[in-house]
This record gives sequence, structure tokens and C-alpha cells, in this order.
Amino acid sequence: MRYLPLSETNRRDMLAQIGVSSVDELFRDLPKKALAAASFNLPNTMSEIEVERALGVMAAKNMNCAAAPAFLGCGNYRHHTPASLDYIIQRGEFLTAYTPYQPEIAQGTLQAIFEFQTQVALITGMEVANASMYDGATACAEAVAMACRVTKRSHALVSGRVHPHYRDVTQTQMKFLDVEVECLAPDPYAVEDLIGRITPDLACVVVQTPGFFGHLTDYTTLGEACHKAGVLLVVCVTEPVSLGLVKSPGEMGADIVVGEGQSLAGPMTFGGPGVGLFATREKFLRQMPGRLCGETTDEDGRRGWVLTLSTREQHIRREKATSNICTNSGLIALAFSVHMTLLGDAGFQRLAELNHATACQLADKLEAVKGVKLVPSAFFNEFTLALPKPAAEVVEALAKKGVLGGVPASRFYPTYPELANLLIVAATETNSADDQIKFVKALTEVLS
Amino acid sequence: MTRPTTASGHKGLQFEQNLIFEQNTPGATAVDLPPVPVAKQRLGEVKRHTPVGLPGMSEPEVVRHYTRLSQKNYSIDSGFYPLGSCTMKHNPRLNEKMARLPGFAEIHPFQPVSTAQGAMELIDTCAHWLLELTGMSAVAMSPAAGAHGEFCGLMCIHAAHDANGQAQRKVIIVPESAHGTNPATAALCGYTVESIPANADGRVDIAVLRAKLAEHGDTVAAVMITNPNTCGLFERECIEIADAVHAAGAFFYMDGANFNAIVGRLRIADLGVDAMHINLHKTFSTPHGGGGPGAGPTVLSAKLAPFAPVPMVVKSGEGYTVEEHAGFGVAKQALGRMKGYHGQFGVFVRALSYMMSMGADGLKQASGDAVLNANYLMARLSAELTPAFAGPCMHECVFDDRFLKGTGVTTLDIAKALIDEGFHPPTIYFPLVVHGALLIEPTETESKQALDQFVTSMLSLARKAKEGRAAEFQAAPQLSPRRRLDETKAARRPILRWTPPASDKAQQAAE
Repeated sequence: MRYLPLSETNRRDMLAQIGVSSVDELFRDLPKKALAAASFNLPNTMSEIEVERALGVMAAKNMNCAAAPAFLGCGNYRHHTPASLDYIIQRGEFLTAYTPYQPEIAQGTLQAIFEFQTQVALITGMEVANASMYDGATACAEAVAMACRVTKRSHALVSGRVHPHYRDVTQTQMKFLDVEVECLAPDPYAVEDLIGRITPDLACVVVQTPGFFGHLTDYTTLGEACHKAGVLLVVCVTEPVSLGLVKSPGEMGADIVVGEGQSLAGPMTFGGPGVGLFATREKFLRQMPGRLCGETTDEDGRRGWVLTLSTREQHIRREKATSNICTNSGLIALAFSVHMTLLGDAGFQRLAELNHATACQLADKLEAVKGVKLVPSAFFNEFTLALPKPAAEVVEALAKKGVLGGVPASRFYPTYPELANLLIVAATETNSADDQIKFVKALTEVLS
Repeated sequence: MTRPTTASGHKGLQFEQNLIFEQNTPGATAVDLPPVPVAKQRLGEVKRHTPVGLPGMSEPEVVRHYTRLSQKNYSIDSGFYPLGSCTMKHNPRLNEKMARLPGFAEIHPFQPVSTAQGAMELIDTCAHWLLELTGMSAVAMSPAAGAHGEFCGLMCIHAAHDANGQAQRKVIIVPESAHGTNPATAALCGYTVESIPANADGRVDIAVLRAKLAEHGDTVAAVMITNPNTCGLFERECIEIADAVHAAGAFFYMDGANFNAIVGRLRIADLGVDAMHINLHKTFSTPHGGGGPGAGPTVLSAKLAPFAPVPMVVKSGEGYTVEEHAGFGVAKQALGRMKGYHGQFGVFVRALSYMMSMGADGLKQASGDAVLNANYLMARLSAELTPAFAGPCMHECVFDDRFLKGTGVTTLDIAKALIDEGFHPPTIYFPLVVHGALLIEPTETESKQALDQFVTSMLSLARKAKEGRAAEFQAAPQLSPRRRLDETKAARRPILRWTPPASDKAQQAAE
């Protein structure tokens, strides 16, 4: 077995040193009954070639978005990844290191986290950010839990334009705590009256920008109303590329910003692993979940970095911790950070402009297709279309024509028949003019 | 001998590297993008008017920056990393290659299921391996890491008690030696935690457990036990523990952080387990990445299976479907959703690539070699160190600090001195039940030669400590990129991000 270095001679010598005659003897504490019962209906060891062949066959059964015109979003986006990004994150010193618990020999990871925290704070317009959460949805749940700790209240209001997975994960995570998570119905047409629903028992209002159906909304007035009532404004961002072109949640008055960093961190990989972004105001620092990296000095007075404020965390505080999170999404956070570093302000803005312009071009073309209506008037790189027939059928028919043409809203809202004809479409810099033409042609054919 | 100081601050191959924000060339970018097509903007009222403030750099500068940062890290690729309880084993590059196949990497979670049958098959195959290896009834694939898997298991337990009219069960019994995530997770479920002490041989005292179960009666929801436990020992009376827990009407949660010690040898279903999470990033070799991502699929007994969270892949006839909504179809009683999309798919690809490479026989050999390596270290290090418990140990061995008594050297000092010897220190001061603990987990992917080198260094450090050379230890590490860092200072006045120097701010204000 290629991953196991011990030879039979090694094993014999080591057993002799230990003073036992067989490896089985070392397992003598295991119950005999269970050892005897063990049988595994699994194949034996395989060579690299055999594994590559078997997994290659599985991979080939998927229609991949690099080989087809694909316009899929809903929180997971295909963007171009600079070649140097994957090279950097595959360096063994990053890939095969553990959480930086011994800071003297983990300064690389720690400095990268410090830079990541700064970048996340900058793009969200917040004061501090943590070292990452699992994904955007779990970060959203953690934000609600944090808002309850900060306000000592236990009622959250979630906009109907928040990603349904963020909503579901938040509801599930609060299920057995005394927290009411009130979720508004999805409505891509009518503007929700969130301000009218602010009550003195509310811990937070959760909104998303751009919204799940693509809308761009300025939440500044909502933020002001929240603050008057001592309510926190939680803003979700599922497409961080948008922050290159639109006002940051911090500017709108957000108290906690959570998001998904996948779109800037590499391939979609069927939605995971991603990286949860979590940023807030400095005054709430001690209620934050997750790891934080801070600046300090070493014995020689040189600048260095350590994990800090760990008295919030499970390994110190146990049942009184702010969260149970331990392993987070370090390597994907690094990928996100490397991409932001490669882009810089100029590249970040340009990437956002390119996305918006591509989406506008596509929207113009799709709006011209008979029976198709564009729902949001202001959007970034994603929008909802109202079709003359159920979107789920349309999407299947498009796939048969080799086009991955958006996501039907019904996939998320099976109990809302009024949303059945809605199709959510995203366009990024990866969609060429030719891709767009193919999509429009296929959609025209499917709808005719 | 004093080492020379340099004008640059660099020391040969050890480079000092400024933050990206201190390398800013305004307007620069390392990404050349195509021209922006002309289109009517539809941003409405929310256009950004202020720059973000990201620094500008070129590609060569960025590549050098991260290459230099990487060289400040210790990693499994570069050396022995015996961090107990963390399972720092070799990460095969084949797994990375497989995860990057376009058919896995370039697929979208919401493309029609008919166009993602290979992804469904991958999840189902990975689940099949986990079920065969544990003998359990079902597996929830979506938890993102170990602690998230614990959360999944305890929520299933909560849901099952609620469904059985046992909502008064609110107590979780946890040994004192447990990982901090266990009590933290229990709190997330609205549970209270009762601890039980370990007995003299480092294991759960079943008499104490029985008394605790009797004391709390029908308020006990579950007992959570790590097995092998955090002292590196197998809970011999595990089946009796399970029987006692079940007799009390509670569930038996086994923390699978140390599953790597027993994989391929027994099935945990035969131990009476109701739920266990599996850290794919430990047992199945997916990279730790400096703190994740991991994955924590949670295997469940028949009694808990109906409550598993969505999504659930369903094999139907020729193909696969997926139930994405709690309350529908196979997920009728599902407790909800714990994670976006389909779980840590990229981690599943890597873990399956590893499991297929190893096979049933290779996994058994791996747990055998892991345990052999740990016992070999325990035997050889006992020449100078003091083992906390009698062996045999499982995949890790724990020493206490009796061997340092009266030397003025602490466990922390030993750890820092090991850094200068070129080794990553073991886990220290954990488990909490062992005084000044050094928890050493070699894993199966270390050669005898690597272990012998570690033994030589460790024994020499123990002898040095006993010779009264405490000052040398207190000054360690001296050869690493940084010496000991001031953690108190970091926490007292937290600096958690870069901010422009005051002079820049003044200049900006003047403009």
C-alpha cells in the first residue's frame, strides 16, 4: 500500500521493542464480540490508475459548466480563477498544515488570515471580520445567534428575499433554543414592509443584497429604523463580487455582515466546500463566533500574529462558548484572500463591472424573447425571469439542448405554485457572447 | 556563537515579509480582464462611490508574497506532525487531482439533477463506504466538520426524544476528558451538561456513569463518549456503557474524532452506538488546510435515521434523485437543513479517492500501523518520560509532566524546544485530566526512521531538562521564523486588521 511506509521487518522490530507478539495484541481492549462480528463488503486496495479510472467515469456522467453555456447562480457562481491561485493554495505548507496553534511555526497561515480578515472588513464596510465560518448559510445562523446574545432578545425576522438555504439553516440551528425565527414569504414582486414589522422584542432583521431574486436594494433606511429600536441589521451577501460595484452593507448601516466567499475562492464543486464570511462592528467583538487572528510581537520585539480572544471559543469556554465551531474553512479563506490580492482595487472593480455589463447584455436579449418578463429593475449579475410556463420543465428542456439555463424558483419553493414560472438566471465574466446567443436561441425554441 | 544581523532582516532562506497592504502600488492589478462591454447599467440607487481600499500588486509580487508566507509554516509535507487528536497523516495528491476533474469541480449545486447523476453517485458511494465501515443504518452527509456532525447527531437525538414524547430529556452526560466541542454542542441544543470523571486507568468509570444515569433518571437525553478516548485508550466496557445508556432510555453518541484507530477492524454498530460523526479530514486523509475545510458526516442508528437533515440522495431504479426539503418524501421527519447545498462535496471526492485507494484491507493495515507506531513511541519514550496510563494505547499516547518535576521546565517549554529540533510539538495540556499532558499521535504514514529521529530528540530534551538546563528551554524556540509570541498583549489590545498608518490618514484628510 503506497501510503504506508512500515516494512514487515520494521513491524517485527517494533513489536519486539513494545514486547508483544502481534499487532492484534495491541487491540486487546476491543470487545471480542465486535471484532468477531466485523465483516466489510468493500473492495481491497486499488492502484492510482484504477482509482482515476473509476472516479473519472463518475465525473464524466455530470454535465460540467466549463463545457456548456451555464447561467446558474443562487448563491454559487462560476468565475474565472487566475492560474496562480490554485498553485498557491496547493503549496503543501498551506494545504497540509493544521490550525495555527503553534504560532512560531505557523506565521504564514496566521499572516494570511490577518490579511483575509482585513480584506473581508474592507469589502463589507465593517470594522472586524473573523477567520471564516463553514459557509454563508451557517454564518447567517451564527449571526442570528450572536444578535440574540448582543440584544438579549430572542426573535429574528428574516426577509423573504434571503437565500432559502440561509433561512432553512438558521431555522434548523435555532430549532431547540428559545429563539423565534420569523420568515417572510418569498415575493419577488412586492416590496416587503420590514420597517413596519420592527417590534421592541426583535433581536435582528436579516436581509440580503443582492436579494435571492436578484434585486438591489438600499437598506440604509431600514438600518436607521432598526437602530432606533435597538435591533441589529444582519446583511447577507451571497455574491461578494457585487461589492466591487455596489454600496457596502457597512455603508447601509449593517451590524453584522455574513456571506459566502465561494464565488471568489475557486470552483463551485457542487456547492461545497465554500467559506463563510463573518464581519461586524468592533463593539460586538466579544460576542463573535469563530477564530480571530491578532497582531502582537515576539520576544525579540518583531511583529507577528497569533490566534486571539480564544476565551470566546469551545476549547476554553466549553458549554459557555459563543459557538461550537472548531475546524472552519481555512484553505478556502486563503483562496478567497489570494484572489482579492491578485485583483486589488482596480481588478475587483473591473471584475464587478464586467459581470454587471454581461448580465445587462443578457437581460436585454432575454427580455426580447416572446413571453419572457424581467422581474427586478435593478440587479447586479443575476435576475429573475417570469416565463410563460413552469421553469422546471424549461430548464430540463434547455439541458437537453446542452444549455444550463438558470435555476427554477420551484426548486426552493415547492409549496408556492405562484412562483412556478420563475427562472433565476446569473451571468458572469465566464459567459461569452457566443454562450449568450446559444442560451437565447435555445430558450426561444423551448418557449415557442 | 551569536548569529549575524542583516540589513534586510532576512536570514538566508527565512524572509521577512510585509503585509500586502504595505506593498500597495495604487491602481496595479495582477488580473488582466477583457474589456467591459458597453451596456446600460441597471444598478439603481446602490452604486458604490468610494473605493474599497484593496492594495494593488502584480502577479510576480503576489506569487512571491504567498510563497514566502508558506515557507513560514510547518506542514505534514515538510515534517513529523504528531499533534495528538488531530490525525496529521499524509495527504495524497491523487485526492487533489480527483477533486479537480472538471466533472466534479465545475458542477453547480442547482443544475438539473438529471445532469448531475455522477455527483449523486459519488455522494451515494461515499455514504456506502461509511455505512459499511460502521455497520450503521443511515448517514447524514451534510455536516461540515466534526463539531457540526456532533450538532447533527445531538439534534437527531433531540428530535427523536421529542417524537417519542420524551421532551423532558435535557441532560447530556460527558466525560471530563471530552473535547470542548462536546459541551459546546450540547449547549446549542438547549441541553445542560453533566461531567463524569475518568477512573485511574483513564477510562469511564461505569459505576459512576450508572450512578449519574440513576441520579438524572428520565431527564438524560444522551451520553457522549469519545472512543478511543482522548487519553488514547479504548473504552473496554463500551458495550456495557451502551446497554446502561439504553436501559435509561437515553441515546449513545460516540464522538468519532478517533475513528482512525479502529477503522476496518470493527463496526461501531456492534458497540451499540446510536450516532457518530466521522471527521473525513482525519480518518480519510483530506487536507487540514491550515484550519479546514473538513467534513463531518454523521452515521445514525435505525431509531435516529428518520430525523437526519436534508439533503438526502435517493437511489431510484436506474438513477438518483435528491430530497432537498424537510417534510417531504424520504425526509418526512427530517429535522431540517444544516448546511447550504449538498454538503462538503469536494471533501467527499477526496475521501472516496482515499478509501478506494486503501480498500478494506489497506484501511485495516492503516489502523494497525497507526496503533503500532503509537505504542512504539510509548515504549521508547518511556525510557525518560512518564506515561500517564498503562498501555497498550491506541493511535496516540499521552505523557504527563512528572518527568519534569523539579526541573523548572514545563510541558510548554518542551513543546517550544521541539520546534528548534525540527518537529511540530504534540498536543499539549490536553486532555485536561492529565497534568501537563503531551498527547502524541504519530499516524500510520510515518516511517520507523522518522519515529526514531523524534525519539532521539525527545529523549535528549528530557535528559537536558533533568540536567538542570531550564534556561535553554525557556529561551526556545530560537531557530523558528518567530520566537515566543506575546499572547497576552494580543488579547489585551486586539489588533485584528490592518489600518492605514496615521500619517496616511492625515494626508487623506488634507486632500
